[in-house]
Amino acid sequence: MSNQYKRKTIKLLATTALILGGFAGSASAEGELRLYNWSNYFAPALIEKFEKETGTKITVDNYASEDDLLAKLQAGGGGYDVIFPGTTTLGIMVDKGMLAKIDVSQMENFKNLLPAFTSIAGDEKREYSAPYMWGTTGFTYDPAMVPGGKLEESWKEIFEPQEELKGKIAMLNEMSDVWNAAAYYTGIDKCTEDPAEAQKILDVLMAQKPFVKLYSNDGTIDRMVAGEVPVHMQWNGAAHRVKAKKADVVYVYPKEGTTFWTDVIAVPKDAPNMEAAKVFVNWMMSPEVAAEASNYTGYSNAVNGSGAFLKEDLKADPAVNTPAEYDERLRAFKACSPASKDLREKVWTKLKS
Amino acid sequence: MRASTRPLMFRILLIGPAALAICIFMVIPLMLMAWISIQGRDYSGGVIWGQFSFDAYTRLFFERELDGTIALNLSYFKIILRSIWLSALTMTISLIVGFPVALFMATRSQRWRAVLIFMVTLPFWTNLLVRNYAWILLLRDHGTINNTLLWLGVISEPLPLLHTQLAVAIGLTYSFMPFMVLPIYSSLEKIDFRLVEASFDLYASRWHTLKRVIFPLAVPGMVAGCILVFVPSLGSYVTPELLGGGKTLMIGNLIGLQFGAARNWPFGAALGLFLLLLVMIALTSYARSYRTNAQVGK
Amino acid sequence: MSLPGFKKPYKGDARHWPGLFIATGCFFAYVYLPIIILIILSFNENRTVTVWTGFSLDWYAMAFENRDIIRAATNSLIIASIASISATILATLAATRMATDKFKGKTAFNAMIALPITVPEIVPAVATLMFFASLGFTLGLGTVIIGHTIFCIPFAYLPIRARLEGMDPRMAEAAADLYANPIRAFYRVTLPQILPGILSGLILAFIISLDDFVTTFFLGGAGSTTLPIYIFGLVRTGVTPEVNAICSLMLLLSLVLVSLSLFLGREQSR
Repeated sequence: MSNQYKRKTIKLLATTALILGGFAGSASAEGELRLYNWSNYFAPALIEKFEKETGTKITVDNYASEDDLLAKLQAGGGGYDVIFPGTTTLGIMVDKGMLAKIDVSQMENFKNLLPAFTSIAGDEKREYSAPYMWGTTGFTYDPAMVPGGKLEESWKEIFEPQEELKGKIAMLNEMSDVWNAAAYYTGIDKCTEDPAEAQKILDVLMAQKPFVKLYSNDGTIDRMVAGEVPVHMQWNGAAHRVKAKKADVVYVYPKEGTTFWTDVIAVPKDAPNMEAAKVFVNWMMSPEVAAEASNYTGYSNAVNGSGAFLKEDLKADPAVNTPAEYDERLRAFKACSPASKDLREKVWTKLKS
Repeated sequence: MRASTRPLMFRILLIGPAALAICIFMVIPLMLMAWISIQGRDYSGGVIWGQFSFDAYTRLFFERELDGTIALNLSYFKIILRSIWLSALTMTISLIVGFPVALFMATRSQRWRAVLIFMVTLPFWTNLLVRNYAWILLLRDHGTINNTLLWLGVISEPLPLLHTQLAVAIGLTYSFMPFMVLPIYSSLEKIDFRLVEASFDLYASRWHTLKRVIFPLAVPGMVAGCILVFVPSLGSYVTPELLGGGKTLMIGNLIGLQFGAARNWPFGAALGLFLLLLVMIALTSYARSYRTNAQVGK
Repeated sequence: MSLPGFKKPYKGDARHWPGLFIATGCFFAYVYLPIIILIILSFNENRTVTVWTGFSLDWYAMAFENRDIIRAATNSLIIASIASISATILATLAATRMATDKFKGKTAFNAMIALPITVPEIVPAVATLMFFASLGFTLGLGTVIIGHTIFCIPFAYLPIRARLEGMDPRMAEAAADLYANPIRAFYRVTLPQILPGILSGLILAFIISLDDFVTTFFLGGAGSTTLPIYIFGLVRTGVTPEVNAICSLMLLLSLVLVSLSLFLGREQSR
């Protein structure tokens, strides 16, 4: 009882200070839409377009990994109107009730979606999320910097690198991508619940760790263009943007399995500007807008009819437009059990500590 | 005097706001942190209030394996040891480099002293991130140092300098060096350098003079400088993050990680408390030595 | 001079010990070379390599056109202004009493006010994060401003306190006798005297807030991306000339401000 009273007193005092500071809890201005996204993952031209069409001002803050996104939202870092999580994070957020039910399936532009994207694991009825971009996770290499000018189309080159490439491998810093790749490489089901199998995956990653130059999601494009690393585990859109500046770089779809992923657009449940957020989500599903987003990010979108507005080099790049012979290498997202997710998190924490 | 008729009221009115602000937003949060360190962990981030657990403390040494067994794990403890070691290294390098600089400054004319103090302090006020970034430019594979060495033909392959402990030590020394130079300078400044000349006549060697006359007088400044370098190094976050490349973690990064990817608030709180404790030990031991020195001085 | 025996004491003169000059020269090279190289490279036209190929102002132009940078800079200025002014007001009020009064708990208060500079920043940052999260506050500009205000207090307090202690206490007494109202006495006599100290403290607090990364990183939320947060994101993505340009600008801003503060500090000591 007294505890609660104390808490209330402190809160009262703290609130007074906040108001005295001139900034009540949510300092969001009317008519402002706050996006929270990866860096370099949203076209500046689209911001201008949306502002011009609706009069709503857009601001963008960036996160460096989905872990950061989740941590920030859970610590009360709300105040964001639109976020762009991947499928794994989407599942966690739906489970924990962190998202607003915006009924995407009822939106006007929902009819534009390709059939494959009208449902997604974790949000089967499309109540919370609309698709943003989809792509694959493989790796890129610069032929000029690797022995023999060619690498095998296998995760082996990444997890057990050749002598010359040891210590020069750049990895993504994303739990699900790294876990999946190691699972494909060891031939273990990525939704395994067996600690012994998880241990095997951990062993592969720990053995690889000394050969890794860095784990990072940011700047993968610049790093490859500048020739700072010869090999980079990478998302295909980033690979496409590397190739735009350095044409002979190769994007590999590893034969053991290449993750096929989808990022979504969602709205946190305490978004200050819910109405504008819904307008935004609907707007993002129109063909021209989706095409513009793809043209900037280098990833494919899920909107029917956007092809007409896509840049030619995007359509021509095998990194983006997966050649049919690689189709069987693609592995779709699977919703794993909580026990499996827990193992995956533990492996990741152990790897990173 | 009329002004002091109601001193208590004025005192409360004037000192009160600052005291209250620091109390609410500093002291209470620190107490809350101590409390959270013995609460249960909510795996989704945050804590389960009222569920007591000492997991956060046992975690420092033991770890649950993937199959549920508990095993000795010293990887966190190693990070703490590494932090202490890197901070001690930073302190030592700063002392060795900083002492001659302070001595040089103390032996200049008044005007030069002012200029030199300005030059030593100036970088401290510039952005820490920017200063560390400047070292990234120097240390990276195709950075200034490697390029120069390659050009000179000293090496044929770039040396791996960035993302190493060495890089972190260089960055920390670079960040906190003024804290070493200035206190030593201020204790040397008071020395009457005629004493030094006199001693030189008596001992007849520079080394002796340094050891018998200058060092003893500089000790209070050196101790203060060591504390002022050691404490912020120990809790540094930015430097290991940028120059260590997320591979050479220090306590500060480990704490930060618990509020990000690892989502373990009680453990983060326990580590924070531990860091606080280390700092307090350093500060009280300094206060004690300062007191003894002051007595000797009398 | 050719006095006999001169050479010996001369050699003992610490002012002319060899090595000291060289050591100091090396030290200043170590301190300033990285910064200078950074500034030089920010004018380099070459995009990806740290090799000089020609002079260019393009990167500065790009920095000024980037709306994210403009927004981050605006946020930084808003936060630093509010935090430094609030901290200076709190510090000035407290300092006026702390300098004159003797009371129980004074040492405790002194220790408390110094807390934000003695404890490594990461600890109060995460502690305050847990505090705000437990109370259910939304992280954002407001929480960042509070965090900054707290750690700015000692930086504002120390110069003001020093100035007040340098003041002749009889002045305040005379003022108290002259003006019936202590507020007027403070306004007319004490304030003008300590004003340089207040300004110097204000600027120091402003710089400290402007440069802060750790507290902003943990207490930040929607719309609180400051320049250091933005730069941190860029630095993680890699070394590019835009980052060099922004960093150089940041450096310049700090240098101008600190010179101003030190200049005011000199004025006050005259």
